[in-house]
Amino acid sequence: MSALQPGEPLPELVVTPDKLLPVRYAGASGDFNPIHVDEEFARAVGLPGRILHGLWTMAQVARAHTEAAGGPATLRSLAVQFRGMGLPEQEITVTGTVRTVEDGIATVDAVATQADRPIVRDAVAELDLR
Amino acid sequence: MPVSTRAVGRTFPAATYAVGREKIREYALAVGETDPLHHDLEAARRAGYADLVAPPMFVAVYAAPALGPALFDPEVGIDFAHMVHAGQEFRWGPLVVAGDEIATTVTVHEITERDGRGFYTFVSTSTNQRDEIVCVGTWTNVVREA
Repeated sequence: MSALQPGEPLPELVVTPDKLLPVRYAGASGDFNPIHVDEEFARAVGLPGRILHGLWTMAQVARAHTEAAGGPATLRSLAVQFRGMGLPEQEITVTGTVRTVEDGIATVDAVATQADRPIVRDAVAELDLR
Repeated sequence: MPVSTRAVGRTFPAATYAVGREKIREYALAVGETDPLHHDLEAARRAGYADLVAPPMFVAVYAAPALGPALFDPEVGIDFAHMVHAGQEFRWGPLVVAGDEIATTVTVHEITERDGRGFYTFVSTSTNQRDEIVCVGTWTNVVREA
């Protein structure tokens, strides 16, 4: 992949989760924590409403990498820090920069932001380009 | 926030997850994965896989059942009302495909207290039916002072 050279940006991934996405992801993942699926519960514990699952947002970061590198087999590792909370119906952007490429392994630094706030930061991925 | 470290090192019994073709499609749709390897059986087979390929982050599906007993262990002592998922790392081996049987064990890796917060780190190791490690996960949860 010619784009994955040191210093080059990761192709940007932009996604807007729809209103019921956390409910569908709860079903797909099995994580039915009520802060993700129950609007009343979420508000009762001080949240603005149902919030996105961190691992769904992390999956967007993973997808930005595998789409850039050429498929699911390329992703060797991904580490992230979760910050703040992701909300449905607001655009999320995953951006990144290739740090190094050594022996066919690209190391990429990335972040996921929503409304100019990082919701995933310090993401580091290793991609096997061989 | 005082934490108890007596559960550090404890490993919980393996939980096994049978990976289904339609579950892969459902998960891929929910996270926006459009690669035909996750949806189109013929495309997956043409690419050399035995069946539909699970996206890497499908680990959330097969490892989560093993995490529950660790998170809820009273000796671990997590206060759920004040817990947030703070960090996550995964390191993958061979790809998981439909038909695989994945066994996951979870170990309490570290419990520490810093700045009035408790940090609980668990390590999950997921192995397929050929004894290949398909994913090692490091799950970090932070509990704020009540």
